[in-house]
Amino acid sequence: MQPTNRSSRILQPVRYGFILFSLLGAFALNQLPVGRFYFMPDWVALVLLFWCVREPRRVGMFSAFLLGVLMDVAFGNLFGQHPLAYVVMAYLGAALSRRILWFPLSQQALHVFPLLLGCQVWMVLIRLVAGDEFPGVTYFASSVVAALLWTPLTFLLLLPQFRPVDKDENRPI
Amino acid sequence: MSLAGHEPPPFFRRGPAPLVKLFVLVSLSLTMLVVDHRFRTLSFVRQVVGVAIAPLQLAIAEPLVWLDRSYANFGALTDAQQQNVALRAQLKEVQSRQLRLQSLETENDRLRTLMQLKTRLATQGKVAEILYAARDVFDRRVVIDKGAAQGIDEGQPVVDERGLIGQVTRVLPLFSEVRLITDKDQAVPVQVERSGLHAVLFGAGASELEIRFLAANTDVQPGDVVSTSGLDGVFLPGLPVARVKRVERESADGFARIVCDPIAGVENHGQVLVLDKRAPAPTLSSDSATSSSDKKSDDKKSAGGR
Repeated sequence: MQPTNRSSRILQPVRYGFILFSLLGAFALNQLPVGRFYFMPDWVALVLLFWCVREPRRVGMFSAFLLGVLMDVAFGNLFGQHPLAYVVMAYLGAALSRRILWFPLSQQALHVFPLLLGCQVWMVLIRLVAGDEFPGVTYFASSVVAALLWTPLTFLLLLPQFRPVDKDENRPI
Repeated sequence: MSLAGHEPPPFFRRGPAPLVKLFVLVSLSLTMLVVDHRFRTLSFVRQVVGVAIAPLQLAIAEPLVWLDRSYANFGALTDAQQQNVALRAQLKEVQSRQLRLQSLETENDRLRTLMQLKTRLATQGKVAEILYAARDVFDRRVVIDKGAAQGIDEGQPVVDERGLIGQVTRVLPLFSEVRLITDKDQAVPVQVERSGLHAVLFGAGASELEIRFLAANTDVQPGDVVSTSGLDGVFLPGLPVARVKRVERESADGFARIVCDPIAGVENHGQVLVLDKRAPAPTLSSDSATSSSDKKSDDKKSAGGR
């Protein structure tokens, strides 16, 4: 049976190691030197938001803050730009997690898009206040691509939690 | 700490309330922003975390560099042959010019000594390779593969074979960041070669430069070459920087709007030369300082004499 995401499906508990591994992988993907290619999503923001929505008790604002500091150092940004945007995004993600998970995946992506966009808007606002140049409206294409990736990403990141399907009539669940 | 006098079971304990956490972390980030932007005192944290994540960055960047190089090695043989022919022709031309240049240089030296001028110091530099453009999209910076370990220091000018491309603004142990002249915050004191006019050149983003604060009737024409004036004591005088693209004189504030194109391949990637810092020129203030200290010592001597 193909993995599905219906709420009836029972998932195995998530492993901390896998969360850490996925966040590290996202951070490594963000290191790809793509320069001003704006269609590259911010992988860290996307994976972080995924875990904030999925596991709000395990991944939250503190992890968002730490990842933000890492990103600022790696990108050479103004210090505090990524932490601020990520923390706000993680807060909203955790607060809306009950609501978001109620919807099917395509509508989840619609819920997630404003959060990712908000993350980018924060960063633009911070840098404009600091007196840097506006990168153009195409900059926001990144969060559109990220929202489109929500469905495949959910399948990918939930894959380790899918219980192997073997029909057993005597088992209660 | 509940009303009943005993603690709630552990699976209800969730730490501080989310809003409290949000406020604490947001105010912490805001503090970091202000401290970094105003006082620039967080470079220590940057260094430490930078060293910690450097292996990961190298592991990601290095295969791409190899890919690039192997493509250049195998995919471009014919290109290389054509380039070789062109370069040979260019070499002949340059050699003949070099001969003239040598005689001119000796003549120049002689004249300078005659005029008792200081001979210009020839500076040296280190060749570095641009690894990638920094992922920060709000300004224009590139990362080069030489850092503090190779003796790079903040403030060094960076040139390519055609002209100035920027200045080293942040040094990490293995990398450094070069702020390009097209960055909004980068200013270069320049001189228009044709008229000898001094001005300051600012980046305008989007691979353009702008000369600001010149009067609307100033003597600048499209096509003029602009080079560093060296008045700042950082850049060597005479490095070509930009060529004037258009001059708009009908501005409301009485200044001309002069837009230039960089001469060097500023947004191209390749090898660059990081020039050593200029030897500090004896300035007026230091002269006056020494003379005043001389005076003081004279005073002391005279005081001791009395």
